[in-house]
Amino acid sequence: MADQKRRDFLGMVFGGFAAAGGVAALYAMKRTWDPLPSVMAAGFTTVDLSPMKPGEFRTVTWRGKPIFILKKDSTQLKKCNDADVKVGEGDYLVRIGLCTHLGCIPAWEADKQVFKCACHGGEFDACGTNTFGPPPRPLDIPPFKIEGTKLVLGEEGPEYKKLVGKA
Amino acid sequence: MAHFEKANSVYEWLDQRLAVTKLTKVLMTEYWIPKNINFLWAMGVVLMTMFTILLISGIFLLMYYKPDTKLAFDSVNYTIMQEVWFGWLWRHMHGVAASVVFLVIYIHMFTGIYYGSYKKGREMIWISGMLLFVTFSAEAFSGYMLPWGQMSYWAAQVITNLFGGIPFIGDELVIWIRGNFYVADATLTRFFMLHVLLLPLVIMGIIGLHFYSLRIPHVNNQEGEEIDFDAEAEKYKAGRKAESKVIPFWPVFLSKDLFVLGVFMVFYFYLVFYHYNFAMDPINFDPANPMKTPPHIYPEWYFLWSYEVLRGFFFDVGPLSAMDIGLIAFGIANVIFFLMPWLDRSPVVAPAHKRGAFKIWFWILVVDMIVLTIWGKLPPTGANAWIGFFASITFLTLLLVALPLITKKEAQRAGGAA
Repeated sequence: MADQKRRDFLGMVFGGFAAAGGVAALYAMKRTWDPLPSVMAAGFTTVDLSPMKPGEFRTVTWRGKPIFILKKDSTQLKKCNDADVKVGEGDYLVRIGLCTHLGCIPAWEADKQVFKCACHGGEFDACGTNTFGPPPRPLDIPPFKIEGTKLVLGEEGPEYKKLVGKA
Repeated sequence: MAHFEKANSVYEWLDQRLAVTKLTKVLMTEYWIPKNINFLWAMGVVLMTMFTILLISGIFLLMYYKPDTKLAFDSVNYTIMQEVWFGWLWRHMHGVAASVVFLVIYIHMFTGIYYGSYKKGREMIWISGMLLFVTFSAEAFSGYMLPWGQMSYWAAQVITNLFGGIPFIGDELVIWIRGNFYVADATLTRFFMLHVLLLPLVIMGIIGLHFYSLRIPHVNNQEGEEIDFDAEAEKYKAGRKAESKVIPFWPVFLSKDLFVLGVFMVFYFYLVFYHYNFAMDPINFDPANPMKTPPHIYPEWYFLWSYEVLRGFFFDVGPLSAMDIGLIAFGIANVIFFLMPWLDRSPVVAPAHKRGAFKIWFWILVVDMIVLTIWGKLPPTGANAWIGFFASITFLTLLLVALPLITKKEAQRAGGAA
């Protein structure tokens, strides 16, 4: 009986070490697939918004993703108080330009004032709100910070926190 | 150790060490196949041949392909297609085989459904076959990415995005799978690894399991007849070949397989040499551009039916958003066939044309999947969206509701008659 207990103990010790080694190996495998430090570090983009004219639409790149910036003008494009970013005197829509359905890039149709996604017919209005089709939520807001007339993408400033309701 | 005597021939030397005679019997000359099966049962051998072609052509492509987002497109479209002698041949053989292999898989699958080959005793054959279907799908998708064209890029974008639908961890999971915030070099190199090493290894393992799973229950036949393979094999070995219901795999049965394979290979090489374009989407001849989506994206034809189920639901129902419903339906569509042995509750093993309502069910399913496939390619607007919706609902209803009900009634009738 005593022998049997010693064997069980050895078996459990062996099993314990094997399990710990297995977990360590899985962790290493998981980390190997994580984004590299160089990828993480390249996560900031600065955009100067002052040269933009009212009604102008432009796309910049941040973390390989398109960022839509639309400068509102008081006459045609409605302002969206709880969805717009105010930089200086201007009102801007700042959104990640990927359809929240499956990640295609919607096109800005200035005459109809909608973002239309060709992939599955999703539509967003000038406030970034999903108005038609399969997209489940408005266009996402990228983390940003405002420095004078400049928009720094990649850092969560107070304006961002206010906009997404974190503050 | 066993006792070894001096061998009189190379064959005898090998036979002593590897039991070649016995192995040939088990795998070939005494592996019994029912006589009563038609050309549809040759699809296994056709698939094996296609897989071999994919493996060999893949090895030759691998020697010039460069898994780097800056080099991948040109290594395929310039180096392999223009410079490498017969590079075009390997590419077209690989591309066409990757496409037609799914045609044959679907025929193989629907043959199994038509004749009830997934039923009691044969569940493992069915499940290992479905596992092969899923790994082949992953293999096809990871390979589709490698030429790094526009369709490759956006297919990767959409498919990796699907994981974002998983609650709580979705967003982080997508970044983890891609190895970047967007589909980038890290994504390409890891899918390259999956395509050329890990998934082929897994596929070969499951092919082994699939073949092994046939040994004990044996292959089904056209009538669903239960055959006593041992007794029938004895008859055959005793020389009563006409009377016996079985024949050996080699050389008797394989001759029929090889005839079907011959016809298929004519079709295959006709496609490779004259119609390779059907497996080459024109949009994929534009290099990948993360800042511009093609106006209309769609997968290759063999994924269209499940793609249409994914996007078939375009309006919210109560608390469930359209996207979540689509994702759930898509998830179900991809695993539901695994459950065939349990969804079909009738013990009757017979071809569909002898099973009344099941026959109608079978053909509606085939037609519905063809409708899903056609509408999966059309833009999802207006009436198309509604056709997609109803076809998706029909698909789910057929498998989740109609099949258990129909087959339960059939089981009751069969039980009553016996």
